[in-house]
Amino acid sequence: MVSLLDIIGPVMVGPSSSHTAGACRLGLLARGLVGGTPDRALVELHGSFARTGEGHGTDKAIVGGLMGFRPDDERIRTALEIAEREGLAYRFEKTSLDDEHEIHPNTVRLTVERGDRRSVMQGSSLGAGRVLVSEIDGFPVEFTGNHDTIVLVAEDVKGSIARIASILSDRSINIATLRLSRQHRGGDAFMVIEVDDPPTEAVRDEIRALPWVKWAFRLDKVSA
Amino acid sequence: MYKTLADAVRDAEARGVRLADVALDAESRDQGRTVADIRHALGRALAVMRGAIERGLVGDLMSNSGLVGGDAHRIAGNTAAPVAGAPFRDVLGRALAVQEVNAAMGVIVAAPTAGGAGVLPAVLTGLADARGIGDDALIDALATAGLIGAVVAERASLSGAEGGCQAETGAAAGMAAGAATEMLGGTPTQAMHAVALAQQGTLGLVCDPLGGLVELPCVFRNATGAAIALAAIEMALAGITFAIPADEVIDTMGDIGREMDVRYRETAGGGLAATPTGRRLARERLVQIKRS
Repeated sequence: MVSLLDIIGPVMVGPSSSHTAGACRLGLLARGLVGGTPDRALVELHGSFARTGEGHGTDKAIVGGLMGFRPDDERIRTALEIAEREGLAYRFEKTSLDDEHEIHPNTVRLTVERGDRRSVMQGSSLGAGRVLVSEIDGFPVEFTGNHDTIVLVAEDVKGSIARIASILSDRSINIATLRLSRQHRGGDAFMVIEVDDPPTEAVRDEIRALPWVKWAFRLDKVSA
Repeated sequence: MYKTLADAVRDAEARGVRLADVALDAESRDQGRTVADIRHALGRALAVMRGAIERGLVGDLMSNSGLVGGDAHRIAGNTAAPVAGAPFRDVLGRALAVQEVNAAMGVIVAAPTAGGAGVLPAVLTGLADARGIGDDALIDALATAGLIGAVVAERASLSGAEGGCQAETGAAAGMAAGAATEMLGGTPTQAMHAVALAQQGTLGLVCDPLGGLVELPCVFRNATGAAIALAAIEMALAGITFAIPADEVIDTMGDIGREMDVRYRETAGGGLAATPTGRRLARERLVQIKRS
């Protein structure tokens, strides 16, 4: 469903809604997967991101997003210098992630590390600043950052979804979508829960404290 | 949100309200936000648009590559008598200003996209300021523009990579034409004709930026897009109608975009980007960006 505010927006640092604003949003989501600014980041640019990214500030926008800058933050212009000063060691590589026809032309794979936590996220910038995350740590996912989102990995135990849903409902947090994927029966389950109401850090902590939850992160929504 | 302009016009005229009103009501219903809240967000967008115009007119910005910059100041500072009236010159200067800010990684509102961000603020604020129209009416105009853009997104595309420049500055011209026609007292039907009149004038427009950068010709195409919008507004307010309904003109834009060769869809493989000078400039400037 198209929103007026998607059309009259986003407010952003130029020059390209797909190569700059969308790239920044993908950086913001990857940051969320390690719970803060990473110590190290490998940025693998695919397709048009690789070909015209430099001229569009895609590199600055992604690194800015990793440091928590939103698309309208003018610090994006000097994000690479700020990252060097603040100890975010980033590295860019141009790559071909797959057959060009199967993967969106504006796609990036981000490998981020913070402390002993490491995560790999793949996502695409679809145009007009809209993004889609397609893979996290090898699990296929599909979410847009248009909602606050909780991602978690849990052992495949019965009743896990009901338990998490009840934690959210106890806090009056409405679930917009919930998707579950697992690599095989009995293997770890990857859950992506998009919610209408912003979850607090306490909610995340409560979910993470469940004995069968291996890790859980809360990703702030990246749309306006 | 509406999927056809015809439905929006029918609802507005049945209720005796403007397109802005039905757009705000539809957005409120779809997103579960109050109209006041949506207007507040549009007011913030308007403030950013005005800030970008002001910033760009100073004339000291250069793009990343150095290909564009300073031309908004050049036209605004021209002391010779305007060729086609003061507001026309003023609108062109504002469109260049926003797009020069965008090319220099300044803050703009992507409306509908960053590459086409100059047209709408230039036309709306230029005409409003010339006639002493205030911000409330401009916020309504942004709502109308958003409705038109949403219909284009639904029926065709708002991406140069998908549909060429007709889907970026072309769509922006249609949005600006319809919204300004209503802002200046036109009926919803007149606004719809303004959309059709603007968009017919940009059908087939290719996206051919040098080096793939949102710089050249993008900056100038925002100015010419604004000029097409002004022509459409003038015609629509005079009561001129366009025989092909706006929804069908938009569908045509989508069809042409789908059939457009990939060289003309933001890949820098054709059009001005592929000219001998275009290729040479892109090569030189991309080297410069890598050094900076």
